[in-house]
Amino acid sequence: MTDLTALTISQARKKLRAKEITSTELTSAYLEAANAANGSLNAYVAMTDDLALEQAKTSDAKLAQGEGGDLEGIPLGIKDLFATKGVHTQACSHILDGFEPRYESTVTRNLFDDGAVMIGKLNMDEFAMGSSNETSYYGAVTNPWRGGDGTKLVPGGSSGGSASAVAAHICAGATATDTGGSIRQPAAFTGTVGIKPTYGRCSRWGTVAFASSLDQAGPITRDVRDAAIMLKSMAAPDAKDTTCADLPVPDYEASIGKSVKGMKIGIPKEYRLEGMPEEIEQLWQKGIAMLKDAGAEIVDISLPHTKYALPAYYIVAPAEASSNLARYDGVKYGLRVDGNSIDEMYENTRAAGFGEEVKRRIMIGTYVLSAGFYDAYYIRAQKVRTLIKQDFETAFAQGVDTILTPATPSAAFAIGDKEMASDPVKMYLNDVFTVTVNMAGLPGISVPAGLSDAGLPLGLQLIGRPFEEGTLFQAASVIEKAAGTFTPEKWW
Amino acid sequence: MSVDTATVKRVAKLSRIAITDERAESMREELNTILGFVEQLNDVNVDGVEPMTSVVDMEMRKRVDEVNDGNMAADVTANAPAQEDHFFMVPKVVE
Repeated sequence: MTDLTALTISQARKKLRAKEITSTELTSAYLEAANAANGSLNAYVAMTDDLALEQAKTSDAKLAQGEGGDLEGIPLGIKDLFATKGVHTQACSHILDGFEPRYESTVTRNLFDDGAVMIGKLNMDEFAMGSSNETSYYGAVTNPWRGGDGTKLVPGGSSGGSASAVAAHICAGATATDTGGSIRQPAAFTGTVGIKPTYGRCSRWGTVAFASSLDQAGPITRDVRDAAIMLKSMAAPDAKDTTCADLPVPDYEASIGKSVKGMKIGIPKEYRLEGMPEEIEQLWQKGIAMLKDAGAEIVDISLPHTKYALPAYYIVAPAEASSNLARYDGVKYGLRVDGNSIDEMYENTRAAGFGEEVKRRIMIGTYVLSAGFYDAYYIRAQKVRTLIKQDFETAFAQGVDTILTPATPSAAFAIGDKEMASDPVKMYLNDVFTVTVNMAGLPGISVPAGLSDAGLPLGLQLIGRPFEEGTLFQAASVIEKAAGTFTPEKWW
Repeated sequence: MSVDTATVKRVAKLSRIAITDERAESMREELNTILGFVEQLNDVNVDGVEPMTSVVDMEMRKRVDEVNDGNMAADVTANAPAQEDHFFMVPKVVE
């Protein structure tokens, strides 16, 4: 029998519908693989074996009748940021110790309604703040891709558990979230596909909030088709989130395999950074050639405010975070550390419950919103954000359909990298190509396009017009077809 | 702009995060690195630019102002570190 965990979502779906395999078999195979791998990879922070097998049984009954949803019986991993009823939901923070919500997030509800099976909750940077998954209270996640000398590498972040688990075939696909690059950067570091849809495409209800004007959920998967299948299920209008778009969700899978002949691909000159490794530039040129060979028209464009996106982000995101994270006070849920007064209890709880990166961001956010600094920092950053969005609007008004850029400025780096650890800004630079997309609310996909000199996966990013995710799947599948897919050699 | 240790302590107080003198010192350096990085926004001409209030061009959906759920006190307090009869318990606030 073939290894069931080697099947993509679309392949497994076909076999399930043809009754060649059962969801119970598939789910058991994933549970076994995930439990065996977790000691090495630390991708999961909680396994839900019993729930998964119960869901699989229900799916098998439906499949036997020739019924079931689009993801019927497919085992997924769920990022710890999504509220899952009665199951570990702690945003990988100590401050949410023991939290098991009494409700289900809209995204996981949508997936379960389509028949998905949850095999566990995935590790992530604490409150999604990080680019290496090293800020998790549950420890770092290991990338299934290793350095040449066996060095352990980060899977990226914040959705590091999601990316690691998908690349290691210990779930068929995973949910993830992206505030500044947290889906696309880990996808690029692990040779997987990750899409951050347009702001408002997926409901944020029941997703632990980091920066509400930037946060969006999306999938990480092994190939472009699987990403289309998962996003179609995750996205839907939702009365519980007033920022969720009231737009029908198209059949994204129908975009895959469509020709890109005549499609206009913009190449922004501002993404050519000083000191960028030669291999990133080469990968970008390779991507341009792939799309050109498929008949697309390549045009040079300018996005003049690109370099200001990251500094503006590091005002807007911490400001929103400082407000969102005010709710963790030792009263309503999670950790409480006692004190002599209620204020002391708040201060002790938050000092013990938040990690250092989270504290830094809450304090930056509090500072930039405080009296006397609000206009100089926050309002200015929001004005810059308007300019960043206008840059993209100008490019799209010139007829550009999608924009091609590198996904990250490097391949995956080592766990415990000293330079990154000693300077928070160095770590922030990981998101230099992805953060613009969140600032402008646009959809962006990261698709693997090749390997680095050291044999590590590298990704390219495609950026689209609002709510035109279909165009991204169309162009990304062309790159995927030309570049192939990338799977790490099993060592764990 | 940069912050001094007294400002770090004031911000920690506003953030309700207890901080030791030693940590306030190292936090000052970290915050100043970040504030130094965002300083470059001063190079941008933002004259006449509207600050962004909504990233997607759409009107926020509104709903009728009516009660549409409730009677979930047990669920609401289920995860509280200390609760009694569906009340959140906190240290004494009034002498």
